[in-house]
Amino acid sequence: MLRDLDFRLAKGGFYFLTGPSGAGKTSLLKLLYLAQRPTRGRIRLFGEELTDAERELLPPFRRRIGVVFQDFRLIRHLSAFDNVALPLRVAGSREEEVEGPVREMLAWVGLADRASARPPTLSGGEQQRVAIARAVISRPELLVADEPTGNVDADMAKRLIHLFTALNQLGTTVVVATHDVGLISATAGAQMIRLESGSIVDRTGALRNPPAGPGAP
Amino acid sequence: MIFGWMLASPAERRVLGAPPLRGPTPWVIAIMTFSMMLVAAAGLALSNTAATVTRGVEARYSVQIPDGRRGFEPALQAVRSSPGVTSAEGVPEAEMRRLLERWLGPVGTSDDLPVPAMVTFNIRPGADPGAIERRVQAVSPGARLIAHRESLGPLVRSLKALQWLALTLVLLLGGAAAAAVVLAARGALDTHRFTIEVMHGIGATDLQITRLFERKIAFDALAGSLIGGTVAALVLALLAASASFAGELTGGASLSPADLVLLALVPVALTVLSTWVARTAVLAALRQTL
Repeated sequence: MLRDLDFRLAKGGFYFLTGPSGAGKTSLLKLLYLAQRPTRGRIRLFGEELTDAERELLPPFRRRIGVVFQDFRLIRHLSAFDNVALPLRVAGSREEEVEGPVREMLAWVGLADRASARPPTLSGGEQQRVAIARAVISRPELLVADEPTGNVDADMAKRLIHLFTALNQLGTTVVVATHDVGLISATAGAQMIRLESGSIVDRTGALRNPPAGPGAP
Repeated sequence: MIFGWMLASPAERRVLGAPPLRGPTPWVIAIMTFSMMLVAAAGLALSNTAATVTRGVEARYSVQIPDGRRGFEPALQAVRSSPGVTSAEGVPEAEMRRLLERWLGPVGTSDDLPVPAMVTFNIRPGADPGAIERRVQAVSPGARLIAHRESLGPLVRSLKALQWLALTLVLLLGGAAAAAVVLAARGALDTHRFTIEVMHGIGATDLQITRLFERKIAFDALAGSLIGGTVAALVLALLAASASFAGELTGGASLSPADLVLLALVPVALTVLSTWVARTAVLAALRQTL
């Protein structure tokens, strides 16, 4: 359960969300990617008050958010290509606009030759990379990732964090929940949000006065 | 484009995984269509029969002359000379006795049994049967006018009741088909709950998700309706060909071209109903989620 959270994320910032298991990291991410409403308190996202927004108003905001789920959440009967293409198709892209970016993204995550494979035939690491490719394919304004490198080797983890950093440099706000301290220390300019028992431990107050950008995403 | 949503891209069709025409839905719809068409055909044939019977007896009357053959000729002349009578003939005594024999046995043909004489006649619309009866009674006191419409009233009322029963059955079958589609839609939603969550998570609208299910159920309903409709048409054609359905048993009543058009609309109506029900059920279920 989350309580007494009060923080702002700067547009274009890079944040690591850490804390022990059960601290509320996944719950906080769910609030960020609009999968849950808070029982009390307010959430502003992209400059809009979304706490009590009509559910019909949420899809356009969700399209601006890329999510890497801890359990990947890939659709089992769709190929890796179709899973990655899903956000583009939902957003209304034509098929000819989908093919190139999806192939490029699959190549970037090292799965160019696995485009037609279905998730059950992919390893855990490969599924995670497909999930990451799906999350970033539409160049989201906010990228939320829950343990995105938990199932990949160190080299691939570094490569994926480079992808996140590249997106961040293009203006995407990135929030990554992780236990991997090495990952945090290797990412220059990232801020850390530490959760404990549902509350943010932020003794510096930096999150209320974020230095990374001009406004909140 | 109204039916644009039916023309899904291959990518869209893949989202729900299972190809259409799997599962029991098409067969349930086929059985419902088949039953609805046969019941509707029976109802329409009954309606036509009732109309034929009513038309046939509307202007037909009989006069019963109690003193038998003695009063027969004056009564027949009185009927024939009445204004508005288009035709009149007497019922031969032998025929009357044959009728009585059916009820009374051989005694019905006995000369000891007094048999009333009978004149049957048709009148023009607007003619006054009461005036005709009075003219007959003037020459044959005690003569009684019988409107065939009244004597066949119970039969016509039964036919009309059966016709309403058929309509009720068609509506009940339509309701059962709609309920089956609701169950199918809920089953499909349960099966694809994970896909729906993912779709919602990446920003799909309720309408986008609904269309996936609506399209699948529309195809199932269309296939089922065509199968059921085709089989029903074959059965009706066989029955009509053997003249046991639309021929002698119904007194010559058959299905008119308008009836056939109505029957052909049953599968179409069931497909449209199923699609609308599926859309409504899926949208209502999605609104329960965030």
